[in-house]
Amino acid sequence: MSALLEVEDLRVTFPTRTGVVEAVRGVSFSLGRERLGIVGESGSGKSQTGRAIMGLTPPQARVSAAKLSFDGLDLMSLPGEQRRALRGNRIAMILQDPKYSLDPVMTIGRQIMETLRTHEKVGKTEARERTLQMLEAVQIRDPKRVFDLHPHEVSGGMGQRAMIAMMLIAEPELMIADEPTSALDVTVQLDVLNILDRLVADRGMGLIFISHDLRLVSSFCDRVIVMYAGKVVEELKASDLGRAEHPYTRGLLDCMPRIDADRHPLPVLDRKPEWAA
Amino acid sequence: MTSMLRVDQLNVVFDRFQALRGVSLDVGQGESFGLVGESGSGKSTLLRAIAGLVPVASGTIAVGGQKLGKKRDKAFYRKVQMVFQDPYGSLHPRQTVDRLLQEPLAIHGFSDGEQRIRRALDEVGLGSGFRFRYSHQLSGGQRQRVAIARALIVEPSILLLDEPTSALDASVQAEVLNLLEQVRRDRELTFLMVSHDLAVIAHMCERLMVMQNGEAVESLAATSLATRDVSQHYTRRLLKASEGFVRT
Repeated sequence: MSALLEVEDLRVTFPTRTGVVEAVRGVSFSLGRERLGIVGESGSGKSQTGRAIMGLTPPQARVSAAKLSFDGLDLMSLPGEQRRALRGNRIAMILQDPKYSLDPVMTIGRQIMETLRTHEKVGKTEARERTLQMLEAVQIRDPKRVFDLHPHEVSGGMGQRAMIAMMLIAEPELMIADEPTSALDVTVQLDVLNILDRLVADRGMGLIFISHDLRLVSSFCDRVIVMYAGKVVEELKASDLGRAEHPYTRGLLDCMPRIDADRHPLPVLDRKPEWAA
Repeated sequence: MTSMLRVDQLNVVFDRFQALRGVSLDVGQGESFGLVGESGSGKSTLLRAIAGLVPVASGTIAVGGQKLGKKRDKAFYRKVQMVFQDPYGSLHPRQTVDRLLQEPLAIHGFSDGEQRIRRALDEVGLGSGFRFRYSHQLSGGQRQRVAIARALIVEPSILLLDEPTSALDASVQAEVLNLLEQVRRDRELTFLMVSHDLAVIAHMCERLMVMQNGEAVESLAATSLATRDVSQHYTRRLLKASEGFVRT
């Protein structure tokens, strides 16, 4: 399998008043047409890794990498304009909270049409038709009605489906989902994951699923990367999660309360300085 | 078991929207009771109604056998304290931890403030080094510890916990849950805890109530969650959802 995305020694640093903060410190991985999970706590650099691939790192930060290539294209040296053409077209990103990531003053249908027409030369009628099809594909029951609604008029789960529809309409090859279901209720979470799962499988996309929830990620992805303090501490097949070796991964799994286990007090993470070294 | 907190046929209405529909519950002294449900199910509204933060349309609330009136007296606020979900929003950004902890002491007229603040910080595992910091200098977990210290400093007997760990990382959540269990044991507190996470409630509580659309769906013992001994379809759905994603 040829790699869709290759990342080698990715670094993201932020200059601050008190010195340089290294958010991502030498992350390497490659991705085929598969589901890859990136897990870590807040501040572990998982989101910055996703943003760097997408090219959405804040302007004051510095990104460097020995290699960052998408389908043979060197993203590091690609001019801004070509990078922009990739974004939303061949690489798409789903963000955490549909409340903040959808345009509040544009109807859902228009936003999705806008994405499509930015990347493809299609007429209005066809764009509308394809938007409605896409809304149906994400299991929105009454696409015609939702098309004309504004984001504040729909629930969180519906908003996230609209967001997925918008991201999928240009038929990207790589999808980066940054905590796509964390803002949703547990039952809605599963619906949205089901939709995402089916679409990824049908279209043969590569998916990077970024989340703090190790168990959710391992039940959804093929492979999992565990990050701590900007570094990858462990990479393993999702099915081998029970055999994780790094004490951080084990600790993360262990500290969650379980319904069918009585453990008082809960085991807590004993962070070792050498993990971050 | 003597009743510590009793809610009877409580209704809460916002304009024309009925947020709570005849909800009743009875929490014994020293018991830990959980409320679960999705967003909009009314679980937080119930907590806020008890704390007097939202107006009650009808129904009664009794604490320690005493019925509460429309206006809560000072003694109530000493007896019942609340910890909120968002540790970033619930601490005053321009007050130091010391100032934050002095406020409830001043309100309730405690004289030995110095000692109490030191003890409260010790109890939540922060130590005196944190006393003169601002909340932006603290991590999420540390902030939640300050919020717990602020609730405990007036020696309440009931803690209302509104999703106290859902904004925290799993590892920090474990630490805060352990702390809550510790203080409950030490002070023989009664907990009423809201969470959307069944596992957290199963871990922390003896009994729980499942809510949906402002109504109580089912009341059960936490142990019946582990044995899957639930009668309502909705509870079963929540249980299934908490097990993670299953490819169909």
